[in-house]
Amino acid sequence: MNKTRASGRTVGGLRTLLLQAPAVSLLFLWMIVPLAMTVWFSLQRYNLLMPGMTGFAGLENYEYLFTDPALWSAIGTTLLLVGWVLAITVVGGTLLAVLFQQEFLGRGIARVLAISPFFVMPTVSALIWKNMMMHPANGVLAWLAESLGLPAVDWFSSLPLTSIVIIVGWQWLPFALLILLTAMQSLDDDQVEAARMDGAGPIAIFFFITLPHLKRAISVVIMIEMIFLLTIFAEIFVTTSGGPGLATTNLAYLIYIRALLDFDVGMASAGGVVAIVLANIVAVFLVRMVARNLDN
Amino acid sequence: MTTKTQSMSAAGATRAANGPRFGALSSRRLWLTVLGWTVAGVIFFPIFWMVLTGFKTEAEAIADPSLIFSPTLDSYAEVQSRADYLHFALNSVVVSFGSTLLALVIAIPSAYAMAFLPTKRTKGTLLWMLSTKMLPPVGVLVPIYLLFRDFGLLDTRTGLVIVYTLMNLPIVVWMLYTFFKDLPRDILEAGRMDGAGTLQEVWYLLLPLTLPGIASTGLLAVILSWNEAFWSLNLTSSQAAPLTAYIASFSSPEGLFWAKLSAASTMAIAPILVFGWLTQKQMVRGLTFGAVK
Amino acid sequence: MSTLQLKQITKSFGETDVIKGVDLEVNDREFVVFVGPSGCGKSTLMRMIAGLENATSGDIVIDGQRVNEVGPADRGLAMVFQSYALYPHMTVEDNMGFSLRLAGVPKAERRQKVLEAARILQLEPLLDRKPKALSGGQRQRVAIGRAIVRNPSIFLFDEPLSNLDAALRVQMRIELARLHEELDATMIYVTHDQIEAMTMADKIVVLQGGVVEQVGSPMELYHHPRNRFVAGFIGSPKMNFLPVEATEAGAEGVSVRLPGGDVARVPVAGEGVSPGTALELGIRPEHLVLDDQGPLRGEIQVLERLGGQTSLYVAMGEQTVTIMADGDVAHRVRDEVRFGFEPGRAHLFAADGLALPSLEAHPLAGLKRQDNRLASDAGSE
Repeated sequence: MNKTRASGRTVGGLRTLLLQAPAVSLLFLWMIVPLAMTVWFSLQRYNLLMPGMTGFAGLENYEYLFTDPALWSAIGTTLLLVGWVLAITVVGGTLLAVLFQQEFLGRGIARVLAISPFFVMPTVSALIWKNMMMHPANGVLAWLAESLGLPAVDWFSSLPLTSIVIIVGWQWLPFALLILLTAMQSLDDDQVEAARMDGAGPIAIFFFITLPHLKRAISVVIMIEMIFLLTIFAEIFVTTSGGPGLATTNLAYLIYIRALLDFDVGMASAGGVVAIVLANIVAVFLVRMVARNLDN
Repeated sequence: MTTKTQSMSAAGATRAANGPRFGALSSRRLWLTVLGWTVAGVIFFPIFWMVLTGFKTEAEAIADPSLIFSPTLDSYAEVQSRADYLHFALNSVVVSFGSTLLALVIAIPSAYAMAFLPTKRTKGTLLWMLSTKMLPPVGVLVPIYLLFRDFGLLDTRTGLVIVYTLMNLPIVVWMLYTFFKDLPRDILEAGRMDGAGTLQEVWYLLLPLTLPGIASTGLLAVILSWNEAFWSLNLTSSQAAPLTAYIASFSSPEGLFWAKLSAASTMAIAPILVFGWLTQKQMVRGLTFGAVK
Repeated sequence: MSTLQLKQITKSFGETDVIKGVDLEVNDREFVVFVGPSGCGKSTLMRMIAGLENATSGDIVIDGQRVNEVGPADRGLAMVFQSYALYPHMTVEDNMGFSLRLAGVPKAERRQKVLEAARILQLEPLLDRKPKALSGGQRQRVAIGRAIVRNPSIFLFDEPLSNLDAALRVQMRIELARLHEELDATMIYVTHDQIEAMTMADKIVVLQGGVVEQVGSPMELYHHPRNRFVAGFIGSPKMNFLPVEATEAGAEGVSVRLPGGDVARVPVAGEGVSPGTALELGIRPEHLVLDDQGPLRGEIQVLERLGGQTSLYVAMGEQTVTIMADGDVAHRVRDEVRFGFEPGRAHLFAADGLALPSLEAHPLAGLKRQDNRLASDAGSE
């Protein structure tokens, strides 16, 4: 009956308000000020290289933006990148979670090794892959191909997006593994044993018991990865700089080019608004799911 | 969490011992061991290779891949002797620990209020905090850049500390909230019956009892700040640039010294890798906002 | 002197009313037990007395002072929690001395008070241990010790024995009663276990749905339940209820027609009862006696042989009644048995659930708890 306890405190909401005030007000400023400015700039003619030409532009920036083939290419690249990485990490992460859930010798250490890439800073992992793994002359992959008698691949010029997908996938696969493994540990042993008593083999157990149990964790993984993957930046910055051409320019990188290389604040802000809208489509679902979880 | 794992492995052990196919199980275990280590090895290989390359000479580093070489600490020595590496490393330390401390100081009262003095609005506030994480940094890059320029915060540690504190604040509040919620309420109420005021309650009971949770929250915030590469690349250039930005400078063609790059990278990721290993379980909560435990 | 009065206390959580107007008087040195099914509001009521929860309306008066606005630590109370709520990072000594430390009591005096309490509870050898290293019963003692150290005017116990195993529970019951006498304090005790209520209380408060159903001594509640709920709640196994029809109501009692056709006269006041009124007859299983001439009959469905006693579950048409019989009963399942009862031990309930008042008080109804045990040398009356 203690579940129905209310505040439990003899003094009411004022204290709660005061204690929360610093965090809430700072976050509010952090959210609302730049957001309002982005929207405002996106409606302005504002280029740092042309100080004279300022003023209200209406939807001009958006018109330019939406007629710019670079935007559509960048959105396409963004979605491809997100889609592929998600597919790799979710499927791979689930399989790995099943594997690392099994009892085997040195499992703890193997787990730790497998989740390590997640803790490597993005610039470092991009450089490891660029220089030591995928380098067309001296990389490990080139050497492997040569020893097998295959021609070496020049990854970043012939398969630029694939290369980025591999690097980002390598970084996020451990994240999916970590989350799904944790979720799997909360699976009731009795349930698995009951299924076994009912005559289910390992594959049936995976599809009828494990996978349904992981459903929510998988959707959490998808949504959280999406939020980060929509704005992948450092990996592209360090390896391809968006090229060749626009091949690996995603929305984040495009905005960076417009803002800090072209100094076109208005255009960059319009791009920012597009990115915010995209992210919020995902966010609505994630917030809803977490909210449902808060109730139990 | 520990008890959970223990009971799980205990259950696993009994099953292994009592299983109907005892002989089959042990060969299965062998097979799993090989598979598990192979997969883990492949995933970990790039990191391993980087660490290894850090002990090679520049010539060996670009030669055909080989495990046989005479290890040398030259690259480490050279990277360390360069004043600029220490400068960037110091920036990383100051910025990530500074922002983490600040975030904890701001978040602890807030999480305390949410966990122990909940009101009707608490749930909404928590979800709203989560939603601020959904604002993609790139969407607000331009105004933040301009604001930083106008306030003289570009390329300053203070600027990065502010950004990282705010960036991590929602996660820190959420994580602390879930740890505080786990503390049996009776204990704090017993303290109240014993005459503890709010400050004493926090000092004598809440903080000592949730120290492990606070520590892992802090470690996660340090990890996230240490590895952050969007703001550091865009808001700093030399003065305040942390290691992420320093390492990125190796991407330029003239920076292609693999052994030194590897040595520098190894030093840059080693502490974080250890932090990550230590906090992996608790991190899941923080990263998924408590949706997966 | 430590007394407590509750005056028209109510408590609502949002839309839900948990406590719906409770009045109660607790006298000095009384052992009062709040008992009721889970969700009845007994814990909430105690938490309001403790000051951990605000009363929505009404007055809480301790020693003549209204304390609604006084914080929990300043009400002069101590509480023992169901989970014990020991501070896991402190030793037993620090746990017990925490309140004194907060109050700024010098170390030497603190130690002396803790030792005194430890002596009463035989905790001296455990003072340097952490709660983790204690057994359930020992933790329980520390929790009680922590309360004793504060020297409160009123002790509050929130289901303190529910986490102990059965044997330990019996032992702690006796120990708590001993403590009550030794400390000479007022105690309020919440439980859902009616055996704890019956064995320890001077006064039992039966709660249901946020309302006080009855207040009285254990024997009063057992022999003169005010309504059907209290009758069913107090006593184990539960009282049997049979639908009957009144045939006559007079000065000698109310006559009812039993299932099977016989008529029995129960000595209760029959105001407002006319022939033909539907009533319910309540008889406790221990008051039903197997008797070949008895007016009631049925078929045995289940026998539970406990050795000294045997419970018989007997089907009477649609109904099943429970009979507590002697351990040596030779009946078997499916046997047809006849049984009866002494009319003076039966109860009659009107359609609204209220008991028709007995014409005569049970001789033990006024019994005090102290009459049941040897007085200890310390605080006997």
